[in-house]
Amino acid sequence: MSGSPASPLTTADGVPLKVSLRRAVRRSKLKAFLLVSPLLLFLVVAFVMPIFEMLWRSVDNPEVSTHLSRTVDALEGWGRETLPGEEAYAALAEDLREGQQARNLGLLSSRLNYEKAGMRSTITRTARSLGTLEPPYKEALIEANANWGDLDTWKLIERESTPLTLSYYLAAVDRQLTPDGEIVRAPESQRLHVNLFWRTLWMSLVITGLTLLLGYPVAFLLASLPLRYSNLLMILVLLPFWTSLLVRTTTWIAILQSQGVLNDMMVAIGVIADEARWQMIHNKTGTIVAMTHILLPFMILPLYSVMKTIPPSYMRAARSLGGRPFLCFRRVYFPLTIPGIAAGGILVFILSIGYYITPALVGGQSGRFITNYIAYHMQTSLNWGLAAAIASILLFVVVVFYLVFNRLIGVDKVKLG
Amino acid sequence: MNVSLQQQRDDRARQDERDATPPFARFIDVQKSYDGVELVVKGFNLDVHQGEFVTLLGPSGSGKTTCLMMMAGFETPTHGQILLKGEPINDLPPHKRGIGMVFQNYALFPHMSVTENLAFPLEVRRLSKAETKRKVERALAMVRLNDFGDRRPAQLSGGQQQRVALARALVFEPELVLMDEPLGALDKNLREEMQYEIKRIHADLGVSMIYVTHDQTEALTMSDRIAVFNDGIVQQLAAPETLYEAPENAFVANFIGENNRLYGEVTETIGNTCQVRLDSGETVLAKPVACGGIGSRTTISLRPERVGLVLNGDSTAFDNRFRAEVREVIYLGDHLRTRVSVCGNEEFILKTPNAQGQPSLRPGQSVDIGWSSSDCRALDA
Repeated sequence: MSGSPASPLTTADGVPLKVSLRRAVRRSKLKAFLLVSPLLLFLVVAFVMPIFEMLWRSVDNPEVSTHLSRTVDALEGWGRETLPGEEAYAALAEDLREGQQARNLGLLSSRLNYEKAGMRSTITRTARSLGTLEPPYKEALIEANANWGDLDTWKLIERESTPLTLSYYLAAVDRQLTPDGEIVRAPESQRLHVNLFWRTLWMSLVITGLTLLLGYPVAFLLASLPLRYSNLLMILVLLPFWTSLLVRTTTWIAILQSQGVLNDMMVAIGVIADEARWQMIHNKTGTIVAMTHILLPFMILPLYSVMKTIPPSYMRAARSLGGRPFLCFRRVYFPLTIPGIAAGGILVFILSIGYYITPALVGGQSGRFITNYIAYHMQTSLNWGLAAAIASILLFVVVVFYLVFNRLIGVDKVKLG
Repeated sequence: MNVSLQQQRDDRARQDERDATPPFARFIDVQKSYDGVELVVKGFNLDVHQGEFVTLLGPSGSGKTTCLMMMAGFETPTHGQILLKGEPINDLPPHKRGIGMVFQNYALFPHMSVTENLAFPLEVRRLSKAETKRKVERALAMVRLNDFGDRRPAQLSGGQQQRVALARALVFEPELVLMDEPLGALDKNLREEMQYEIKRIHADLGVSMIYVTHDQTEALTMSDRIAVFNDGIVQQLAAPETLYEAPENAFVANFIGENNRLYGEVTETIGNTCQVRLDSGETVLAKPVACGGIGSRTTISLRPERVGLVLNGDSTAFDNRFRAEVREVIYLGDHLRTRVSVCGNEEFILKTPNAQGQPSLRPGQSVDIGWSSSDCRALDA
């Protein structure tokens, strides 16, 4: 046959086979691409770009280099041992005057205030008194605000003049830079995020464990019941998906609050005294209970899909070979469900560490997740750089868990339903 | 010839011996219903003797697998008793029965190697490591898979998996082994090879086996006795030769082997033969087996290889002779399959050996055919 490389296969009219094949499938390829392009576009705009935006924002550091550009230039070659000379102060006065006129000193002052408390008022007050300032500016500025006579202030300005910074990430893990550039832990009173990260991870693990404990028997029942019963049960499992997340969460408030259904019942049957009602909501318990309930289907479905593929004859074979029921379960059935456990576990865990609405509503102070602080920094403190850094760390944790999972189990084994 | 005669004599001797000892496993009047409305198994009785190979044969849905599952303990009889070595085992859970079982799709544990699969029944019996190793190796040698111990079931071919499943069901030395269509998933050549393999192991070990299949060839080649199931009832329980040569009813005659059917009415009985007037008007002499008295409807069953061509007007060979018209001739190498139209039956089949002296037939040709009344069994309608 003409399979040798010297004479490539051709169609009857002499066109090389590969060219002909490409031409034949081009239309269908184009059609397929056009069909998915709206979603592709949507994903790029609404998902991929925001993620890159977030990653960029977590290290982006434009404030000092933009709004204090003259000062930064004047600090070139400064020895950092003593206060800079008059030209730096003059440049600072010029920068502040320009910023005052353009009304954009707010960003700069907030940015410097993250790194050194008091910088916001230093800049605002200095800017206000700019009109009366006379050269030499060094003495005049130091007189206007003592911070300008502090060597650390100038070290800070110089350090933050780089276009990229790690300081948001450091803040996200409760660390900060000393004026001399060493990484140290933040003061005790300001340490917040690491605890929250640990709490989020730990509570997510508890929630994952609980969904597994509750979901495994249900999935088993689903997989082993005859079809007409299992369909009904499946509807019950999926029912929560048809109910608003908000409704499900607030229902738990109605059930668990101190004047709620559960407490009332416990008092009525005399298990607890009226004045000693259980505090089950607006704390860790509330978050764990509500999230376990909400995430349960995400555990049941992967478990079910794996269990469905395990023929009943395996257990029968194990029994006929002489194994007691529990031993057969432990040695034969359980090992075969591990891909389902891993899939459900990783799904619930990843969903859980990124959960926001439920902990926000029922978590109180002690049941909050790290996501609630991302929202706080986005909406209240307006420190978007820090919010982006925390979110990026969360993304990183998720990716690491995913990679470990993929290594151990293989993502291709995961099926939903 | 001598060998086979000797064989037959041995078989008979063994059969007599079996009848003398009490049956090893028994089903007594077993009934089973899943929904409380319909009976899947209706009054099943079976005695399996030590070392016997009994096959439950029948179309799907006939209740044969249910019977096997009841013996294994995965289904409970709705009525009746199952005895093992004289003890009722109705309430004994499967793992205490000590019955080996081979499943249709082998049911090898996919997360264990072949060795681990074989060691499982020994480990649950708390055998020592050395003992386990020795028995596993022996079982692997028995199915000729010594070098495959470290493989996972998925790395084996269908036939090899089948052997492992067989070895696993035998490794703990059960006295009774159940097989649920174990060869159903194999292709034809492998299936035949495995039939001999199972037969050889059965002969070597002397275990009792109950084998479920819907493949009649498989049942005929392997079994000591066959229970033909249909509709939850055993239609006939007999040795393969008996089932083939002397089916007791129309279902068995049809299900086992090929079969020509003629329908008619009994008009007369003379000694060991009866006269049947066919619906097409002809009269046939037949051997009354399961037909009623005079005037009752009957199905006449006749094996294709028992029908012969009447050559040169020889009138003595057969007591039933008819003129037939050849419709189709299929050449099958060692024999010819001829479809003729006779007695109103368009699908009447003749099997003639491809031997010298046989005339060559052509479609459209008229030919005289005949058969002996003793080969022609008048069964139920």
